[in-house]
Amino acid sequence: MTTATAPCTSPAPARPRSRAPRGLVHTGIGIVLVAIMLFPVYWMVNASLAPQGNSLNTGLLPLHPDVGGYARAFADQGQNLLTSLVVAVGAAILSLVIAAPCAYALAQFRIRGTAVLVFLVLISQMIPGIVIANALYTAYTPLGLINSMPGLILADATQGIPFSILIMRAYLETFPTSIVEAARVDGCGHLRAFVSIVLPVSRNSLITAGIFSFLFAWSDFLMALTLTTGETIRPVTLGLYTYIGTNDTDWSAVMATAVMSSVPAVVLMIAAQKYIAAGATGGAVK
Amino acid sequence: MTSTSTASSADGLTAVGPRGNRPAPRASTADGASPARPGRRRRRGGEGFLVRYAFIAPAVLYLLLFYGYPIVKNVVMSFQAYDFSTFFNGSAPFVGLDNYATALSNPIFLKALANTGLFTVGSIIGQFVIGLGLSLYFRKHFPLSGVLRSLLLLPWLLPMIVSAAVWRWILEQDSGVLNRFLESIGLISAPIGWLTSSDTALVAVIMVNIWLGIPFNVALLYSGLQAIPEELYEAGQLDGATGWKSFRHITLPLLRPVVSVVLLLGVIYTIKVLDLIIGLTGGGPANATQTLATRSYELSFLEFDFGQGAALSNVLILIALLFSVVYLRANARAAKNG
Repeated sequence: MTTATAPCTSPAPARPRSRAPRGLVHTGIGIVLVAIMLFPVYWMVNASLAPQGNSLNTGLLPLHPDVGGYARAFADQGQNLLTSLVVAVGAAILSLVIAAPCAYALAQFRIRGTAVLVFLVLISQMIPGIVIANALYTAYTPLGLINSMPGLILADATQGIPFSILIMRAYLETFPTSIVEAARVDGCGHLRAFVSIVLPVSRNSLITAGIFSFLFAWSDFLMALTLTTGETIRPVTLGLYTYIGTNDTDWSAVMATAVMSSVPAVVLMIAAQKYIAAGATGGAVK
Repeated sequence: MTSTSTASSADGLTAVGPRGNRPAPRASTADGASPARPGRRRRRGGEGFLVRYAFIAPAVLYLLLFYGYPIVKNVVMSFQAYDFSTFFNGSAPFVGLDNYATALSNPIFLKALANTGLFTVGSIIGQFVIGLGLSLYFRKHFPLSGVLRSLLLLPWLLPMIVSAAVWRWILEQDSGVLNRFLESIGLISAPIGWLTSSDTALVAVIMVNIWLGIPFNVALLYSGLQAIPEELYEAGQLDGATGWKSFRHITLPLLRPVVSVVLLLGVIYTIKVLDLIIGLTGGGPANATQTLATRSYELSFLEFDFGQGAALSNVLILIALLFSVVYLRANARAAKNG
C-alpha cells in the first residue's frame, strides 16, 4: 500500500548499486533543487528576524537577528493563534467523531446506498468553498453563528470530514472482519466492537485523518474571512491577512506571524512524517 | 499502487458506474448478523439494522447541512434578489434569470472567465512539468533522496495565506528579493511591480500557484513512477531502449492513468483557488487577476449581492462538476489498469 512508498523509506546512505561519487553528485543537485523550492520558506524566516521597518536591505542571512518582529507579532496575534488552535482542534475532533463510524460502516456493513454515499463524499471534495461560504453566511446570520467558535468549527470541518471518511474507509476495507465477528459472537454490540476493537486497530488511519483535518482547519482562510466580522474571534490566517492590509506594513512582524502560523505544518511534517506521507498520496486533498 | 484514496475512490466509482448494479461483494465484507447472505434478508435485517444506520447518520446529516443545503441554497438564491435588505427585512423576491443576466453580461465576468482559464491552464502546465521532472529526478536512489523528497512537501502543508504573504514580500516592487536579484544580475534595469501592474499580476499569481502545486504533483507522480516495475526497464535496456526512448516507450504509457488523474485533480483544485489570489492581489489591479471564485466572493461579500454571487458560483460548480465527472471516469480507469 501507499505507506510503503512513504518518503520515510530509510534514506539509507549509498545503496549498493549507486556508486558513491555519482550518488553524491545526485545528492548535491537534489539539495540545490530542494533549496530553490524552499527558498520562500527560508526567506520568510529570514525576514521575520529582520529589524523593524520596511528596510531595503534585508541581508541574505539573518546575521543580526532581531526578535522584535516576534514580540510585536505575538502581542498582536497571540489571541488569534489561540483561536486558530481551538478551532482546528475542535474541527479535527469533530471530523473524526463523524467520519470514523461512517467510514467503518461504509467499508464493513452491507448498507443500501453505500455506493451512492461514497460517490457523494467524493463529489463533495470538489465543491468550491465559496459556494459553502455564500450559503453558510446567510444561514449563520439568523442563527447567531457568525463570529462564534462552534460556527467556525462546523464550517472548518467541511474539508476534513469527506477526506477522513475516504482515507479511513480505504484502510477499513482491509480490516480483518473475523476479529469483530468473534467479538460479536461473544455478545459484543456493534458500538462496543467499534470502540474497543476497530478504533484501536485503525489507529494509524485515525491519526492521518486527524492530522489532515487539523491542518485543513488551521489553514482555513475563506470561512474565517466570511463567517467572522469582528476581532473577537479571528483565526490567525485572517489576522495575517488583515496585518498585510494595514497601510504601514511592518514586514518583520508579518513574517513572524507567518512563521508562527507555519509551526503546526512543520512540526507535523517532522514528527508525523509517516502519516503525512500516507495522506499526501491519499489522494484528493487540496 | 497509485494512492490510497485514488484506489478507494475508484472502487467507489466502479460500484456506481454501471447504474443500478449492486457493488460487487468485497472480500472483507461481512456482517455479524447475516453472513454470506446478500439477499433480501439483510434489509429488514436483524437487531443491528438501526444500529448500522446510526453509524452513518451523523455523517449523512453533516453532509446534508454543510454540502447539500449550501448547494440548494445557492441555486435558490441565484433566482432571488438577495441583497443587503434581505438581511434586514427577510424579503428576497424571485427575479427569474435576472441575476444571471446581470452577472454574466458584466464585462468583469468575461475577464474573470478568461483569467480562470489562463490561471488554471498556466498553473497546471507549470506544476505538472516541474513536478514530473522532480519526481523523475528523485526516482534515482541517492543518499538523502527520501529526506529531500519529503521536504519538498512543505509548501503544500503551509496555509495558503501564509504562502501568499511570503510571496507578496518576495515580489514587492521596491524591496522584494526577486527584483533585487534580477537587478543585481542585470536582467532588469528598473524594478517590476509584479503584483501591482496589470501586465504582470496574472503571471505572478500563476507563478506562485505553480510553486504551491508542485509538491502535490510530485507526491502523486512519484508514487505512480514507483508502481512501474523495474524489470520493464531492464528488458527495455536489452532492446536498446534507454534514456529518452525508455521514457517515451515505457514510462509515459504506463504513467498515463496517473497523469490523467493528476491533471484533472489539478484542474478541479485550481479553478476554485481563492485564498491565494485574495492574499496576493485581491483580484486586482483593475481585475487583472479576478477569477470566477474571487468575483463570486466579491459580489457576495463586498457588494453584498448574494443573488449575483450565487449565480456566479453556480457557474463555477458546473465547471467543477464537469471536470469531476471526467476525473472520476479517468480514476476508475486508472484503478482498473493499476
